[in-house]
Parts: sequence; structure tokens; C-alpha cells
Amino acid sequence: MEEKKRMPFKGTKEQEQQLMEVIESYKGTDGAVIPVLHAAQDIYGYLPIEVQTMIAEGLNVPLAEIYGIVTFYTQFSINPKGQYKIGVCLGTACYVKGSGDILEKIKELLGIDVGECTPDGKFSLDATRCIGACGLAPVMTINDDVYGRLTVDDVADIFSKY
Amino acid sequence: MDMVNLKINGQAVTVPAGYTILEAAREAGIDIPTLCYLKDASQTGSCRMCVVEIVGARALQAACVYPVAEGIEVLTHSPKVKQARKSTLELLLSNHDRSCLTCVRNKNCELQTLSEELGVSEIPFQGEMIKREIDDLSPSIVRNNNKCVLCRRCVNVCKNVQTVGAIDVTERGFKSQIASPFNMPLSDSNCVNCGQCIAACPTGALTEKDNTADVFDAIADPEKYVIVQTAPAVRAALGEEFGYEIGTPVTGKMAAALRRLGFDRVFDTDTGADITIMEEGTELIERIKNGGKLPLITSCSPGWIKFCEHSFPDFLDNLSSCKSPHQMFGAVLKSYYAKKHNLDPKKMFVVSVMPCVAKKFESQREEMEHEHLRDVDCVISTRELAKMIRQSGINFKSLPDEKFDIPFEEATGAGVIFGATGGVMEAALRTVADVLENKNIDKLEYHEVRGTEGIKEATVNIAGKDIRVAVAHGLGNARKLLDSIRSGEKQYEFIEIMACPGGCVTGGGQPIVNAKTYMEHDLKAERAKALYSEDERAAIRKSHENPDIVLLYKEFFGEPGSHLAHELLHTHYTARNRYTK
Ligand code: SF4
Ligand code: SF4
Ligand code: SF4
Ligand code: FES
Repeated sequence: MEEKKRMPFKGTKEQEQQLMEVIESYKGTDGAVIPVLHAAQDIYGYLPIEVQTMIAEGLNVPLAEIYGIVTFYTQFSINPKGQYKIGVCLGTACYVKGSGDILEKIKELLGIDVGECTPDGKFSLDATRCIGACGLAPVMTINDDVYGRLTVDDVADIFSKY
Repeated sequence: MDMVNLKINGQAVTVPAGYTILEAAREAGIDIPTLCYLKDASQTGSCRMCVVEIVGARALQAACVYPVAEGIEVLTHSPKVKQARKSTLELLLSNHDRSCLTCVRNKNCELQTLSEELGVSEIPFQGEMIKREIDDLSPSIVRNNNKCVLCRRCVNVCKNVQTVGAIDVTERGFKSQIASPFNMPLSDSNCVNCGQCIAACPTGALTEKDNTADVFDAIADPEKYVIVQTAPAVRAALGEEFGYEIGTPVTGKMAAALRRLGFDRVFDTDTGADITIMEEGTELIERIKNGGKLPLITSCSPGWIKFCEHSFPDFLDNLSSCKSPHQMFGAVLKSYYAKKHNLDPKKMFVVSVMPCVAKKFESQREEMEHEHLRDVDCVISTRELAKMIRQSGINFKSLPDEKFDIPFEEATGAGVIFGATGGVMEAALRTVADVLENKNIDKLEYHEVRGTEGIKEATVNIAGKDIRVAVAHGLGNARKLLDSIRSGEKQYEFIEIMACPGGCVTGGGQPIVNAKTYMEHDLKAERAKALYSEDERAAIRKSHENPDIVLLYKEFFGEPGSHLAHELLHTHYTARNRYTK
């Protein structure tokens, strides 16, 4: 329950303006929350408390209800994506070759969970399905770079390049 | 009224159209088990515990939401129905933390009752269990989601009845749980600590922060002079914990029990209520005379105060600056009373027994002190007092009727009715009328502001002037009332607001009543009756005629609203964010 450190919110006035316009256009209509959340995620890339609060106040819906909806649907994210997006393949081939341990190591090194982003906004971490590079298992991607035949000890070295 | 004829278990039943099968069955003396249903508060048809068979229909239907229809035949306890209910319950119990023996709701838990009534004798499979963190950071509410069955009664009460919306269902599937936004502790959210979620919860997932140990410790400490005061509404419900009928006042036995628990002095918060009337009445008269901010809105209910701070900050100047009665009384005990009886206020420990868990939060607000002495040191609920009585081997029913201690032995009938919605308004009108008319007015009872209607209005003519008053109880009704003032649609001079539907008699700290009892009783009205009957019997029924109060002002405060009164008895408020603390 204690609060984790997170990336500070860096929303701009323009983004807020855009969101307000969306909220205005949906105000008073039934089922406004989900389309507004989609639009907000397009504008900001994710849905932090600041954005959800603006939506709650704008649509007159409790913040707890907004948060409940955001966490119910997998397409919404409350965490930003990092400058470098790490993906660890948990497909069968990679998993058998130990990608689970790699994932654990990354979590430990970066101090974040799957779906989260480091407080400096540099790295975000996702678990992915098979990316079709089974020959290289276990595989990790960082943006467009692919790293294969990994061992747990390789991870720190690779991160130091970014 | 259109009537509908149907058959329930072969028995012909005629009920008004619009009734649910559940209501029709209750009328016919048949109990259908429920879990997520709670009268007036939660009717979502989600738990499927109340399913019944409708002859000719394929699927079983949820009786709590299914409306009666002409000619249908309902089976409430057919083998198919019983099996379905049992399977639903077994599934629920399979991932429930079943440690009943150490649970706050042991012997008073709807889940236990269901298990017994549906004949569950073993749990055939062990479901996946996630250990959930307990949120006990709030001074008022403790949430233990390990005991939660996701019935959403708390969510519905908080969101729909109170219109606070501090909690909701989050995530999905096994990860699903009731939480505040971003899993923040409840104390960081816009929760107003009203405790209505506790009253709605069928299980041990929600309870008050238990402060009984602090009270036992203080009593055991020979250095401390421990004074207890009890709110008006406590006497109207405490008896239920010891087997008395709903609505039986137990004032005398309560005083006796408190004495046997070892408190050095046993006082009545009704005296605090009388002081409140002196201060608030004066404030109203001054605002009317001097063109001050109107309507004046009462400030006795700390749940309402926090709600106002979050959701209606533009009304903060309308709030009376009066502290609530128990805070006022605490301040008086540590100043006037201490001085008069040569007691060291630093050694005094004031305990308030309240029908309310928001009072725990209130008593810890920074501003509730004077010269570094807290007005009140500890607040316990009616339920906690019952627990202390049981833990001390006191046989409540066999106690004699005793009185409160002197000098605050006899408060007024005006003070007693504070515990019911409309009571503060009525008590204030009794005094304000006398003061403005400058004579003793015969009219005592203001029936226009009594009763359980959500919003009550009246126009009272005093000294040739029309005073428009309104009373709202339950924060949803408060919101409606304030919205109508904001929009300019309504105007008033004086408003009473209580956070809890029904007022303090049905506060979040009162004995818990199960869903079935809610259907069978008008809890708000029955408990209120206990207070109105005490008011009728009271020798003095107007606050300003209370001789102890007259003396208090003569010897100590001077006038209501004096400088000293302001220092000790008044407070101020802070605007808060809408959704976070
Ligand atoms: S909530 Fe009810 S069933 Fe669960 S442990 Fe507590 S008493 Fe037992
Ligand atoms: S105490 Fe009141 S405001 Fe807080 S969560 Fe419970 S019902 Fe909602
Ligand atoms: S906390 Fe209680 S009322 Fe709320 S969902 Fe859980 S069991 Fe139901
Ligand atoms: S579905 Fe009827 S009580 Fe839950």
C-alpha cells in the first residue's frame, strides 16, 4: 500500500486543452467514460492519477470508479512507456530456456514490475508473447534491438549501453 | 395500487405490482437467503445467492431484482434451487479467510449465517488465495479484504447513498478487490469516515479502528483521571447488543455499566449538545440580525464536515463555526470543570462513546485542542463499548438504572433529540424562538422537521420573521439540497445536515443490523423513537433552561459567543481536493 516512486507527470497545457475538449464533447452522454479514457490515453500515452482526476472532475464520476474501469480493461495503462521499452518473451520456447529468470533479474535491477516504468522515465518493462525468434531463445527486445541466447548475467551489461 | 397474484411454494400471494419476488416472499413469511442485497442501498443482483425457480422458465432468477408478474409460480426452496445456492456459497467460501474465531464479526456475520442456513458442512475444494494487505491507516475505518466477498454493498452505499465514491471494484478475476483509486490508503482518499460501509458490510472485511485497548489502559493507569461522555444516540441502540428490542432506550443501565468499567466520572454528551445550542443559536441570531452569511449550516457531523471540505468548499463559510457537542464538552471538562474541582487537566483523559466512527477522525484533527490539551483523548463506538462491557464480565441486563454524575446529571430533552435527524434543528428552534421573542414560548415540538424523509423543509415564523429551514440526512440528500441552493432554486436561513441516513441513531458506529432485519424494521424511525420518548419525559426540554448551562455561562463563559467561548468551543475548516485528502 505504500506509494511507489513514479515518473513525475509532465502533461502540457496543450494536452490538457485537448482532453478538456474531449470531455466537453462527451459531457452528459451515457457511457462517456470509456471513450474519454481511450482519447486520454491517445493524448498522454498513459493514464496517471492526474489525468484520471481531470476526467473524474470533468465527467462528474468518482475517481475510484474511473480507476476501477481503467484497471478492469487491459487496454488501459496507468504507467507510462519508457524511452526504452524492454520486452521479455515469455513464449514457450523462451520460457523453457529460462526467460522467467531473466525477467526476475530485470525487475530486480530496475526496481519495477511488469507494466511499470522507472521513475526517471528511461526504461519500461513488458512481458511479451512469442516474437518469432525462437531460435535465439531466450529473447529480450529493447525498442527495435533484439538480444538472444541471454543469460541472467548479460542483462546488466546490456542495460549499460542505454 | 395495482395488485399482482402469484404463487410461492404453492401458497397464493397478492402483492403490489413492482414488488420483487424477495419482497413478496417476505410478505408471505418465507425467507430467501441474500448476500449482495441491502434494502435502500444495494440491489444489483450480482451474487446469485437469492436465486429461485420460476415454474416453466429455464434459468433460475435472482429474487432480489426479479419483479413479480401475474400468475407466475415460484419455488424458493426446490432441490435445484438449494443446490445452486449451495454451490455458489461453497465457491465463495473456498477462497475466504475462514478464521471465524478471531474475526470481528464472529456470531454476527451474514456469511456464517448463510453457511449454516444452506447446510454447508465442508468446503470441497480449496480455491486460490491471495494474501491481501490490511488497510488500517485511517483513524476510523479498517479494511481487511481477506474477509471480503465482493458483494459491493459498501461500494453501493458509498457511491449511491452517500455520493462520496471513495471506493470501487478494481482489477478483474482473481485480482479483483475493493479499493480506493490507485490503491491509496482510504485515509488518503476523499473518504469522509462516515462508516456507512461498515454498517452495510455482511462480513468482517470492514470494521472501525479499535481503540478499546487505549481506554482499558487509561482506566488502569492510577495517574489518569478518566472521564467518559456518551452521545445521545448510544442509549437508543446499545441495548440491541445485549438482546433488547430495537428502539429500547437503556440510558440508566448504560450509566451503570460505565461506572462498573471504572471510569472516574460518567457524563452525558447531551450537556455538550445544550452548549452547542447556546453557541449555534446565538450564531444564527447574529447572522440574521447582522446580515451574515446564510444559510447557516450545522456542524455537528464530522462526516458531513469532511464531505463539505471535499465537495462543497464554496459552502465552508456557511458552516457554523461550532465544534461538535462532544468536542465542546471535552474542552469544557478540561477547563471549567478541571478548575472548579481542582483537577490537573494534563492528567485528565476524556473518552467519548459515539454512534459514529467519523468522530475518531474529528477528535484527531489538529485544531481540536486548546493550549496543547486535546479536547477529547479517545473516541470509541457504541459497538466498542458493548465489547468492553462483555469483556469485563458485566451482566448488562441485570444492572440497575443509574444516573449520570453531578454536576451534569440532567441534560435537556433538546440535547437528547440531537441523535435523530431533525433533532438539532428542533432543539435550536426551541431556544432561538424564546430568545427572539424574548419570552417563554409554549411551542416545543416541531414535527415538520421530524421523520425519515430525505429532505425536510419548513418555514417557521419567529418574532414576525419567517425563518426558512431545511434538514437533510445522508450525504446524497445533502448533495441534492446544496445543489438546489447553488443553482439559486432554493433559499434558506438555517440548515441541519447529518452525514448518516437517519442521523446519529443509524450512525456508522452503531450496532450492526443484518440485511433481513433491515427489511423487517424501520431502523431509523424505531431508534429515533427511543430519543423522542426520552425528550417527552424530560423535566427541562429547552437547552437555555438547563441550570447547569446557565451556571456555566454565569461562572465561566459570560455570554454565548464570548471571546473565551470562541477559543474553546469554536473551530475552522479547510478546503480539500475533490478526490484526495
Ligand atoms: S467474515 Fe464471517 S465467515 Fe469470514 S471469518 Fe469473519 S465471521 Fe467467519
Ligand atoms: S466511511 Fe463513508 S465515505 Fe468512507 S468509504 Fe465508507 S461509506 Fe465511503
Ligand atoms: S467489504 Fe464487505 S460490503 Fe464491501 S464488498 Fe467486501 S464483503 Fe461486501
Ligand atoms: S443476487 Fe440477490 S442477493 Fe445477491
